[in-house]
Amino acid sequence: MDLNFSAEEERFRSEVRAFVATQLPASIRAKVLGHKRLGREDFLAWVRILNTRGWVAPGWPRRFGGQEWDPVRELIFEEECALGGAPPVLSFGPRMVAPVIMRFGSPAQQQYFLPRILSGEHWWCQGYSEPGAGSDLASLKTRAERRGDHYVVNGQKTWTTLAQHANWIFCLVRTSSEGRPQSGISFLLIDMRSPGITVRPIVMLDGEHEINEVWFNEVEVPVANRVGEENQGWTYAKFLLGHERVSNATLGLSKRALRELKAIAAGTPAGDGRALIEVPHFRDRIAEAEIDLMALEILALRVIAMDREREAPGPEASLLKLRGSQIQQTLSELAMEALGPYAPLHQREALAADWTGPLAGPPAGIGITGRYFNHRKVSIYAGSNEIQRNIIAQHMLGLRQP
Amino acid sequence: MNFAFTEEQIQLRDTLRRFLTQTYTLERRRAIARAGTGCDPAIWAQFAELGILGLAIPESLGGIGGSAFDSMVVMEELGRALVLEPYLSTALVGAGILVRAGSAPQRELLRAVAAGEIRLAFAHGERDSRWRLDAVATRAERRSDGWVLEGHKSMVADGAGAHYLVTSARTLSGISLFLLPGTSEGLTRSALATHDGSSVAEVALASVRVPEDALIGAEGSGLPLIEAASDAAIAGLCAEAVGAMDALLALTLEYVRNRRQFGVPVGSFQALQHRMADMLLHVELARSMSYLASARLTVSDANERRRAICAAKFLVGRSARLVGQEAVQLHGGMGVSDELAASHYFKRLTLINASFGDMDHHLARFGSLLAA
Repeated sequence: MDLNFSAEEERFRSEVRAFVATQLPASIRAKVLGHKRLGREDFLAWVRILNTRGWVAPGWPRRFGGQEWDPVRELIFEEECALGGAPPVLSFGPRMVAPVIMRFGSPAQQQYFLPRILSGEHWWCQGYSEPGAGSDLASLKTRAERRGDHYVVNGQKTWTTLAQHANWIFCLVRTSSEGRPQSGISFLLIDMRSPGITVRPIVMLDGEHEINEVWFNEVEVPVANRVGEENQGWTYAKFLLGHERVSNATLGLSKRALRELKAIAAGTPAGDGRALIEVPHFRDRIAEAEIDLMALEILALRVIAMDREREAPGPEASLLKLRGSQIQQTLSELAMEALGPYAPLHQREALAADWTGPLAGPPAGIGITGRYFNHRKVSIYAGSNEIQRNIIAQHMLGLRQP
Repeated sequence: MNFAFTEEQIQLRDTLRRFLTQTYTLERRRAIARAGTGCDPAIWAQFAELGILGLAIPESLGGIGGSAFDSMVVMEELGRALVLEPYLSTALVGAGILVRAGSAPQRELLRAVAAGEIRLAFAHGERDSRWRLDAVATRAERRSDGWVLEGHKSMVADGAGAHYLVTSARTLSGISLFLLPGTSEGLTRSALATHDGSSVAEVALASVRVPEDALIGAEGSGLPLIEAASDAAIAGLCAEAVGAMDALLALTLEYVRNRRQFGVPVGSFQALQHRMADMLLHVELARSMSYLASARLTVSDANERRRAICAAKFLVGRSARLVGQEAVQLHGGMGVSDELAASHYFKRLTLINASFGDMDHHLARFGSLLAA
């Protein structure tokens, strides 16, 4: 047993760290670390920079433009990017639709779509959830009817993250009502510029526009944009869920949040001459969060090691999503509590990168409470924590539902 | 022991609830929040008509002369309806201080408070005080013709809209309270929005000159008044939180009964039923401590009062966190959208914790009293 990163991995970490430090534009780093609003161009600028090194999707096979990094390298890479203040590379393209296209897509789809994910030309969003189909995803109702060499799509998707920026959406649609709900679903790739698509913003509880409704009214989609077989979409969707692994632990983001929390607590007066971080009760709560994060990191590395020994990924990713989301939420809650009486402030205008007006509360307080509210989503999206517990109970413990 | 409300209290509760249910819709609330003042004059006028603005004011000064339990009944209803209006700062905190220690002319102002013509703000917290009631750096110097105040007050509820600021400042003999007109020269008030839709202000005092009679009570007598006002505020916030939790629990119950997944209401899943049961437990624990806080507000033993207040604020904060977070989780995606009332209750319940001392603050204070 050896719980150390290898010398090669440490060298790699230094390389990534230096890359992020020198290549990430300072203006973008400042926005990310300062909780400013990120625009479409901020995300894309970083994707283009990464693409110069072939690092947009480094876990991909080389023949599709990847580096074939192992998951440990990917984990180190993600962590260094997060700690260095880089915007996230959104999963929807590189980590979600791409593996499905690689595994089940046609050569033409692979040749067309994959390079455009790497270049940033295509911004993907995910058309899974519907108003009536959340945890029970298979009950989805958006219909695709075959008419010649097109499908005609009607229905509504919801909670679609950053659909306002996307030019492509991958959708689960119903192509048959025969048999089990799971067996009549197909996986379509849809151009967001198609006539009949309407994107409507959903304002979240933090007052920001991050998610959307996407409506489909008689949208024509070429049959050539179906991935794999008709009515086999559920299989592909499940394959995709199995593919989202260690990134679910959000180790990098949580390490960044922990670092920030310590800085806020060190700079916040406790009211009695001490800094908040010197108050034992608060310091203990930070310590507990850090210990939880240490345990999660080793667990994530163990899951990677387990995956190496087997063909198909196991259900342990659910442990990582469950705990990772809890830790994210704890850290954002502690940061909000550190602000003390200033936690209620909502200086929306200060979220703009070019805001130079007066600040009422502590400068480190911008966006902190909004993030606490926003982060309630992390135990709801991508399979709620209740669904993760079901997976753990059924697939790790072998318990059956009544 | 008697946990029953009086007939008058039941009538007050029902009247207020009926008015707020009809008038204070989520849409109306959104509009008030958007306006940025945190106070709708028409609603405030109705509050005056209902008599609740004079609840803590003696009848001799145009009020009702109600009890702490009466205030609790009102605050619970304001919480249930997510009312933004600065009732607490005017009717409980500001009026409470003037009733207790105001000079005759200052007490006369309470007639206008009860009538809804004047609002009071409590300008006490400062940049580095973090809820410590005795951490006052703002100074007041005595001059031949009055006082000059210099300093800064932070996160003052309704600080920009209130007509008078009950302001704490350090003088030669300790902490003193002053009644400053909002229009005083040298006073700069910057209104700021909060995540729960209300309005606070940063208040800068640059050589603010006030006459001798702006002093409230005797010089140096401010701290006990501040403590009593803070205790009353905490009892009020606890009741508000209980009202909000009650409403949020009911909304969540309705949601899990109606939301169907896997062919059944999600409320039929035992795992979710157990969590709803825990929410109910925590609401009832919070209600119990809210009662205790209001009951102990008037006891003469300061230690006994403080223990109850600290315990209540801690426990209510903990319940509010659990009920708020669970309600959002059980609402799924709808819980994190601005569209439903659930997220608005969650935000208010979260931020009540940051007012007049959070859980950590009151747990530590309660702990320090164990040794005393």
